[in-house]
Amino acid sequence: MSFETNNSSTALGPRSAGERNLDRTFKFLARAGAFLIAFILGAIAVLVLVRSWPAITAYGPQFILKSVWKPNSEPPDFGVWPAVYGTIISSLLALAISVPIGLGIAIFLSEDYLPPPIQRIFVFLVELLAAVPSVVYGLWGIFVLIPFLGNISPVKGPAMLPAALVLAIMTLPIIAALSRDAIGNVPIDLRQASIGLGATRWETILQVILPAASSGIIGAVMLALGRALGETMAVTMLIGNNNSKASLSIFEPSNTIASLLANQFAEASGLQVSALMYAGFILFVLTLSVNVLAELLVKHLQKI
Amino acid sequence: MRSESFQQPGRANFDPQTLKRNPAAPRTLFGLIMTGISAACMVLAVIPLGLVLYYILSKGLSSLSPDIFTQLPPPPMLPGGGFGNALLGTLVMVGIATAISVPIGVMAAIYLAEFSRGSKIAEWIRFAANVLSGVPSIIIGVFVYGIIVLNPIPGLYRGYSAWAGGIALALLMLPTIIRATEEALKLVPQEVRQASVGIGANDYQTVLRVVLPAAIPAIVTGVTLGIARAAGETAPLLFTALNTQFWPNWQKGLLEPTASLSVLVYDFARVPFANQNKIAFAAAFVLVLFVLITSAVARFATSRSRF
Repeated sequence: MSFETNNSSTALGPRSAGERNLDRTFKFLARAGAFLIAFILGAIAVLVLVRSWPAITAYGPQFILKSVWKPNSEPPDFGVWPAVYGTIISSLLALAISVPIGLGIAIFLSEDYLPPPIQRIFVFLVELLAAVPSVVYGLWGIFVLIPFLGNISPVKGPAMLPAALVLAIMTLPIIAALSRDAIGNVPIDLRQASIGLGATRWETILQVILPAASSGIIGAVMLALGRALGETMAVTMLIGNNNSKASLSIFEPSNTIASLLANQFAEASGLQVSALMYAGFILFVLTLSVNVLAELLVKHLQKI
Repeated sequence: MRSESFQQPGRANFDPQTLKRNPAAPRTLFGLIMTGISAACMVLAVIPLGLVLYYILSKGLSSLSPDIFTQLPPPPMLPGGGFGNALLGTLVMVGIATAISVPIGVMAAIYLAEFSRGSKIAEWIRFAANVLSGVPSIIIGVFVYGIIVLNPIPGLYRGYSAWAGGIALALLMLPTIIRATEEALKLVPQEVRQASVGIGANDYQTVLRVVLPAAIPAIVTGVTLGIARAAGETAPLLFTALNTQFWPNWQKGLLEPTASLSVLVYDFARVPFANQNKIAFAAAFVLVLFVLITSAVARFATSRSRF
């Protein structure tokens, strides 16, 4: 910056009107950008609800528990129970795998087992696991995972199991990274006090640090659940898209709401669009409640 | 593992005479086993990453040729062909998404970090941005479909367009950019702002000329990560940009169905034709390479931060 000054700032008087307007406009734009975000979230809810209204009035709440998908019959009939069931089961299966492993990683990376440079490499690798596009996991699943599972299990093609396994891989980095943050936020005094009382490292981790970090860890698991419920591409490519019944076997083709939308939206018309919007609204409400709960938990943690 | 166990003499972790750790004590063994388990978890996570990267990179690399970047997708069974139009489509739509989301996101973050002073409204907006980042990408697609694709301007364009795809990607990038920018602005020391105001700058001069330039490296990191994510996103493009086998028609500009690398991978992964599978692997290779490079760039940008 040079020492040149313009007229308005040599005298310490009131600023010129033009300058004040610029300042005001800038603040207005910043505020508008911020309010737009909240508006978008509301607009998503309203629009999806409005567009699904014809299906909501036609099929009512039984839509969720009915197993039928006949867009071409007269009149068309829709019910999304197989997709709702598959969405929940695939997510829970994935979390059953990724939560213990992710916690193990979080502990391993928050203790000083490794020299810091090597630890940074592992942190980077976990980040990379999250950065690989979903569709690439799907491609890998089709050509590597499903043939491999076919050798060791009754899986013959796309099914619940390969989809849940890939979902586990995709939720792992979320759980690992956020749990590591939660563990890192536990005050060092707690650890020192525990070690000072004669506890070993693992007694400290299990009885002091994990309980202290629990609300953050639960928040991480909830965020991962939200992600798993809404994950689309990898699941669509691997789960088999079975609309007709909710299959209890994990070796059989199944479906999720997101897969249903991905498969049918582009070719849908008439009431089918509404039915898909209705399914989308159910998914939105499901993920929104999980995410809001997770956010509240994480917020609660930050206040401590 | 109750706390009384610390005092049981038989379970002492070390010999009180020498203070050396007793390697056979159950507590030592328990710790060793748990350490082994947590290390095994780390290895378990790296294995799939290694498998995916190895398979995609090796298979993709062997399918690469110069033609693949310039030619159109091949029909089934015919040799050759490429993903030129999809590469172009991805670049165009990610470009649109960046052009829309960066100004809005940066302005929103400026409001949150500089002008809101911890107000209740700011807290709600931050909350909304976090929740928005958790909305499934396919729902973002449904939203844009309902708002743009189902309401095409008559006579001007068909519903599916590069604009619709770009707007969907922009909505996905917004939360990432807001969060990165707000964090970056918060890291700029308060003294810098005070100095700026002290020499007579008003608020927008302080923010635009002093605070924002200091935060640029971290903002660039956030934007690159957002771009990397958008380039790999598929779900919201399936029914906003749709797909096409052809080059864009320049008379219609961005108002017609547009191909993208990720949708091409999705389509060509599920067909039984070896030549199209090969193109899918090459496209996946390009996407993964792009993610690897952007991660490296993001790290480099962060390492150059000023404060």
